[in-house]
Amino acid sequence: MLRGLLPALSLALVLIAIAWLNPRAISYFGFNLMLNLAIPIALATIAQMFVIAGNELDLSIGTFVGFVGCVTATWLRDAPLIGIVVLLGSIAVYALLGALIHLRNLPSIVVTLGMSFVWQGLAILVLPKPGGKAPDWLLSILSFKPPYIPFPILAALIIAAIVHFGLMRTSYGVILRGSGGNAAALRRAGWSLLRTKIVLFALTGLFGVLSGMALIGITTSADANIGNGYTLLSIAGVILGGGEFVGGRVSPIGAVLGALTLALAASPLLTFMHIPPDWQVAANGAILIIVLAARVLISRRER
Amino acid sequence: MTSVRTLLEKPWIWSFVGALVVWLATVAFTGGYGAGGMVTAALSLAVFTVIVGVGQMFVITLGPGNVDLSLPANIGLASAVAMKVMGGSDSMIVVGLLAALATGAAIGAINYLLIWALRIPPIIATLSASFIIQSVDISYGRGLQIKPPPGFADFTNWQVLGIPVLAMLTVVFTVGAALALQRMIYGRSVLAIGQNIRAAWLAGVHVGRIRFLTYTLCGALGGIDGALLAGYFRGANVDIGNEYLLASIAVVVIGGTSVAGGKANVPGVWGAGLFLVLLLTMLNTFGVSAGVRLVLTGLIIVGVITAAGGEKAVR
Repeated sequence: MLRGLLPALSLALVLIAIAWLNPRAISYFGFNLMLNLAIPIALATIAQMFVIAGNELDLSIGTFVGFVGCVTATWLRDAPLIGIVVLLGSIAVYALLGALIHLRNLPSIVVTLGMSFVWQGLAILVLPKPGGKAPDWLLSILSFKPPYIPFPILAALIIAAIVHFGLMRTSYGVILRGSGGNAAALRRAGWSLLRTKIVLFALTGLFGVLSGMALIGITTSADANIGNGYTLLSIAGVILGGGEFVGGRVSPIGAVLGALTLALAASPLLTFMHIPPDWQVAANGAILIIVLAARVLISRRER
Repeated sequence: MTSVRTLLEKPWIWSFVGALVVWLATVAFTGGYGAGGMVTAALSLAVFTVIVGVGQMFVITLGPGNVDLSLPANIGLASAVAMKVMGGSDSMIVVGLLAALATGAAIGAINYLLIWALRIPPIIATLSASFIIQSVDISYGRGLQIKPPPGFADFTNWQVLGIPVLAMLTVVFTVGAALALQRMIYGRSVLAIGQNIRAAWLAGVHVGRIRFLTYTLCGALGGIDGALLAGYFRGANVDIGNEYLLASIAVVVIGGTSVAGGKANVPGVWGAGLFLVLLLTMLNTFGVSAGVRLVLTGLIIVGVITAAGGEKAVR
């Protein structure tokens, strides 16, 4: 029971630390600023969660988000039709990768490692130097200011609710998670493992596309390296959110909470703690270790 | 013919075939010009990938989820430590190498400590550790004497009859690693743990000790690699190890080691290391742009792994 609450507790811990260090940050305006990049991080984490649900790992999601960002800031604005076709095509590539990995029984780590070069190269070809501009409709969506609840929090709630319903509450969601939990049993029951793999990878592609678009909607312009950090961030988010690498044990709500925790711990908390820039990366690692250590302590007590 | 057939059944042969094909393609393009120099350059550069590749191979062989993501940060810090200890003087070369080795080994030991104490997946443990190591490196490397002593720089660039001496030494090292893997209790234990950790434990393998040793060994190899890189490129910097995260994993898998663990392959690491370096040389010779080069590198890695195919799942 307590274990399920851990992602929420980690987030609360970081929030309490921020509130203690700088009470003014806990406000509508403060959250809008602090959670600036939370939406793309949450979407990338959800994308990673789908492949992890099928016992795979996507090491290319970061460069993929960067590639989508470059397409969004160029073609999607100048020639929307081509932009849409390219983005849909890239989701199809993800689906094909899922099929390839299943049919040839390939290690997803290596295939996606190779793909990370491909996406990075394509991003450089689309946008050789930083620039481009986000489409106006995207900018207006992401600068939406709802009453009372800051937009990043509202968006995170919506994302978590939709994915939770789809993956945890529908019957095909159970099949998808089952493909990671007990593939042999699913096959004997007559389900196509090829299809579950394709669906999981296509969902990763879809959420990767959403993440890249959201990122460009916030930063307004793109750069071929803009998403590179998202690979490790998304894996860390899934694990912080209570997911496990094998067994189809993932939690969409936990993943979104994990992403929010990382987004907050990454910079606002460190700025308030007056940590010099040299040591900010280290503090990131330390926070990750502390949260995981807390998780071990709580799980051990439960047993 | 049977000998050819047994050779073709070896999982590592394909990485050498790949390296040969890429080399021939490049030589055909240049009309035979620079064919020997290309091999020399490939050997010199492949050495660095092979050293960390062997460390990564032992870690990956421990079983699913085992991987060391802290190698780039480790290489960066160790290169700075080595250069600082050597301080530009030839008499301190050995001490500097030992310091780099110790730094790397300590990082590996800390990695395993995190995995063991926090019971977190190695990916997350080594990732968190690498964040911290990076910061230590940035803060430590500031205003540092980063040039290697002339003797050390010459040693890492030393060639005899067009063959880099460092490459010869690395061949000796990899032969040792192969023997350790196949003939020594340590190597057999690593393989046993990778095949089935519970069965290995029941059979009396010291699982914890072997895993600790393996992470420490991988860290130590990263450390020595950092020192050698700083010598070869005549200077240490924070980013010196960046490309070795992907490269170390790629050579292990292209070389025929199973990502699921329990099945390792040392010669394949050499083949794959040469393949990757020659591939880069080929694309540079063809004069393609950075973007095209990345796309082709990625597609070729995916193509090679698809052609080689995965093995049938045992469990």
